[in-house]
Amino acid sequence: MWWLQPLGVFLGLSTFIVYSTWAAFQGAHYTHGPYLSPFYSPEIFGDSPHSWFGPKPGFWPSFIPFSPALLILWAPGLFRFTCYYYRGAYYKAFWSDPSACMVGEPRNEYRGENSLPLILQNAHRYFLYIALAFIVLLAHDVWLALWFKDPVTGVEHFGIGLGTIILTVNTVLLGGYTFSCHSLRHLLGGSIDVLSKHPARLKAYSCVTCINPKHMNFAWFSLCSVGFSDLYIRLCSMGIWTDWRIL
Amino acid sequence: MAKATFRITRGGKDGLKPVDYTTEVGEGMVVLDAVHQIQAESAPDLAVRWNCKAGKCGSCSAEVNGMPKLMCMTRLTDLNLDEPVTIEPMRAFPVIRDLVTDVSWNFEVKKRIKKFKPRAPDAPDGTWRMSQVDVDRVQEFRKCIECFLCQDVCHVLRDHHKHDEFIGPRFFVYTAALEMHPLDVEDRLGDLRKTDGLGYCNITKCCTKVCPENITITDNAIIPLKERVVDRFFDPLRALISKVTG
Repeated sequence: MWWLQPLGVFLGLSTFIVYSTWAAFQGAHYTHGPYLSPFYSPEIFGDSPHSWFGPKPGFWPSFIPFSPALLILWAPGLFRFTCYYYRGAYYKAFWSDPSACMVGEPRNEYRGENSLPLILQNAHRYFLYIALAFIVLLAHDVWLALWFKDPVTGVEHFGIGLGTIILTVNTVLLGGYTFSCHSLRHLLGGSIDVLSKHPARLKAYSCVTCINPKHMNFAWFSLCSVGFSDLYIRLCSMGIWTDWRIL
Repeated sequence: MAKATFRITRGGKDGLKPVDYTTEVGEGMVVLDAVHQIQAESAPDLAVRWNCKAGKCGSCSAEVNGMPKLMCMTRLTDLNLDEPVTIEPMRAFPVIRDLVTDVSWNFEVKKRIKKFKPRAPDAPDGTWRMSQVDVDRVQEFRKCIECFLCQDVCHVLRDHHKHDEFIGPRFFVYTAALEMHPLDVEDRLGDLRKTDGLGYCNITKCCTKVCPENITITDNAIIPLKERVVDRFFDPLRALISKVTG
């Protein structure tokens, strides 16, 4: 049964990659009321009211397909691609390197992360910096998801919909994934041998150390939640699902 | 009493072959007990290395049903005795005879790692002062019993035989214990990158899974060392900031 875990990882990641790529290229149905799909946040250029700088810029080459998601999704994508947990998981599931512990490999040559291209995995911390900014932006999206516009008067009222809860849970899980990152743990205190002389960093290091063992769980739960958040908003926007207003 | 069959790898440099032995098994027995019973009953020349029978000396490492285990800590009740239980020597090291492997490579590797080099004493009497919180981090690494199961399961050594370029998880733990020690001032980052082959580790966490002392090898030793190597060699932004701030 050694193949069960790599097969599960292969299917889980493949499903997410296929769905997120499809969703990113759609360029439509990514907002519903105050909700903005996390695949499209921040919307730097776009047609929805969430857009920072208005519609697609005029200089955008016509032969390159445009979608607000394509401008930003590379960052969280590379954060996950270079993540220490995912690396170990997809080396097994996609490269059979090894297929599983104590299971032989289909090739003899091995370079690991010692040379190109995998030596570039060392850039993980740079994508962490961007991911931290994304958590702030997603938290802001949750705040915006609390304000529903009255269709008649156009006045915004405080409210909570099922979408608000989904976006909140998604942001919490993405926060858990980002704040349990091994690189963050190192940057906060792992690089220092005498942490007792840096009480604030010691506290921060201890907090990350506390949740770091759950990094894998956060990685999977947040992957599911971010995909489901987009799906929920997409189906509500298409009129297939109706957002349930709680307040 | 019930009987069980043990398929033990026999032989040496001239070749290895599995040989079946059937013996009585009882409550509370571990694999090493069964091996000793087989030695006493039917294979007095069966070679097996053992010592403490308490999971603390790290001598009786072997592959039980294909998994690296300490034979003295593997209960028969945790195994399926309806089928033959396979007991093989560790595959990452050359076999001397039967279940005994030549692990001397590990001791040669250990000699290469730069030794503990404390900073100047903190007090006039030549003693040092350390905070418990600073020592706690490396304390976990000192639990290692050098059973070398982590070396055995690591595919870089086991399948790719990079013994000349890669020191293996056991010695990353050893290096981490020195490198993160609050008193140590030696610099091992260059060695970790170049001669120790830290970059060969692709974080499969197999070493963590088999550690009988439950040392979180990958998360607490290898990845922090990788991050320190990134600090030194792969982070131009950090280098720039260090240059500007002095």
